[in-house]
Amino acid sequence: MGFLTGLLWLAAAIIAAMAAGWLFRTAAVAVTPRGVSKELKTAPLTASFGMLMIIIYILVAFLAPVIAPFSETEVVGPEFMFPGDDPAFVLGTDNLGRDMLSRMIYAARNTVGIAFVTTALAFIIGSVLGLLAAIVGGWLDQLLSRTVDVLMAIPALIFALLLLTIVGTSIINMILVIAVIDSTRVFRLARAVAMNIVVMDYVEAAKLRGEGLWRLITREILPNAMAPLVAEFGLRFCFVFLTISALSFLGLGIQPPTADWGAMVKDTATMITFGNVTPLLPAAAIALLTVSVNFVVDWQLHRASGLKE
Amino acid sequence: MSHILTMIAQRLALGLVTLFVVSLIIFLGTELLPGDFAQEILGQSATPETVAALREQLGLNDPMHIRYLGWLTDIVQGDFGESLANGQSVAGLIGGRLVRTLQLASYAAAIAVPLSLVLGILAALFRNSFFDRFANASALSSISFPEFFVAYILIFLLAGANGAFPSTAINISRGDPNFTEYLHVAFLPALTLTLVVTAHMMRMTRAAIINLLSSPYIEMARLKGMSPMRIIVKHALPNALAPIINVVALNLAYLITGVVVVEVVFVYPGLGQLMVDSVAARDMPVVQGVALIFAGAYVLLNLTADVLATLSNPRLVHRR
Repeated sequence: MGFLTGLLWLAAAIIAAMAAGWLFRTAAVAVTPRGVSKELKTAPLTASFGMLMIIIYILVAFLAPVIAPFSETEVVGPEFMFPGDDPAFVLGTDNLGRDMLSRMIYAARNTVGIAFVTTALAFIIGSVLGLLAAIVGGWLDQLLSRTVDVLMAIPALIFALLLLTIVGTSIINMILVIAVIDSTRVFRLARAVAMNIVVMDYVEAAKLRGEGLWRLITREILPNAMAPLVAEFGLRFCFVFLTISALSFLGLGIQPPTADWGAMVKDTATMITFGNVTPLLPAAAIALLTVSVNFVVDWQLHRASGLKE
Repeated sequence: MSHILTMIAQRLALGLVTLFVVSLIIFLGTELLPGDFAQEILGQSATPETVAALREQLGLNDPMHIRYLGWLTDIVQGDFGESLANGQSVAGLIGGRLVRTLQLASYAAAIAVPLSLVLGILAALFRNSFFDRFANASALSSISFPEFFVAYILIFLLAGANGAFPSTAINISRGDPNFTEYLHVAFLPALTLTLVVTAHMMRMTRAAIINLLSSPYIEMARLKGMSPMRIIVKHALPNALAPIINVVALNLAYLITGVVVVEVVFVYPGLGQLMVDSVAARDMPVVQGVALIFAGAYVLLNLTADVLATLSNPRLVHRR
């Protein structure tokens, strides 16, 4: 019986999500200018839902101090309250008696912000080196590629843990460590994409015209390598986000009292054995964002591959 | 046949080189550790004399390459040094836990591999049906879920006061459970790992088979009037083996490292738990040892994947 009601709830949630996606798509098509709305019309419901969710997350992250009923770190009530015990604390309280809802909202700002900065850093390092390796070639290419081969032979999470032991656990260190590890994956893709472009005639012509390295990268190669790199940015963001959450969950990432979804799961984990869903809420917030980003990326990849046919 | 042996030897050599570089990175990591290693062991209250004595005893005054060679020879002989936290030998700490981690990984693999192959074949057979779409959507979502989310959902549903399974595996470290007890206690961690890897393997199996379905010899089999099930199992599957083996081995490699978070959630006494505790305490020798073992397992599994994928393709085995 419990299983059946669970399935019903799941079905209801999926229908609600699809309806929200449809509403968002209709609204977005109506508001946006012509060129954009034409593309939006082709979005499947999953991708529309994903875009809606991403916008909501961004809004919550920016407006955190306005929306949150309490402050990020203030102890406002008794510990371990169930959701619904007290109307003042909609999602209950955590192990120290801080309001879960407020911390969830502030964590959107902290976790998503840090993940975004990390991904951007990984992208700058990885794509600049990848494009350089493809254009310059020769010993630079060999050196960078072999280094990346070896670095990728170490499992990412283990490597991150090893590096964090060496440099010590702090937010800056975590950002740098994950950015370096993830930039190896970006390097691979950027190099592979650019390899196909540098052999084109117009690049040859640009070289003969005497264009410098920087201009070659920014004006000739980057515009044509943009589509796969943007899709990769979405996927990378998911991986980085999950890694940061995992590290924070292990107590090695974002440090208290800063609110973070991974660390919040860890703090409230004991409540789950008493039938309290509180620890699932931050975990679900992580899952919802990664699923949304994946939906949008899936649509973009599909579109990119469809244009080639 | 000889060129297969040559290929395996080449891959092995490459793997060894990789491991060598990994050991170099791990060793250099200790060198970069801010502060003095001897000071770190002895703590704040140490007098300069005792620090100097310990430096002498640990051989920290030797040049770097001599210490690296010494460290490497010790490790090759199975001596990983001593833990900074409690002075126990690292090899002893790792030994029992490595067995536990391998047990958990094989438990999960024993469920996940057959399950994902069957599901993948079914999804290819009934492609574009409701089942296929549902399987695809759940695959996409389970890839996006953090491991601890899956783990806590399972605990919420299947453990707790009146649940069928225990929510922690801590009892494993207390007694030595027999086989059935172990299967019961470790069921939830194994199921979590299964759910995390099944999706990817299933999707790849489906893709590998569907790729082949448009080839002429499959068309021929279909025109002969063979049943769809027989076409897929007898004709498509053997040719799809190489990518499938590859993705299975990749996921097994993932299982070895993916255990870290799951072990922490379920307080399972394995290598991952040891590593996380040691990172928090900055217990360098233990972290070095565990990282080397994880990297070794990862490199070995990737290598096995390459070799097996080659062996499963007759065109590569009997190359002229």
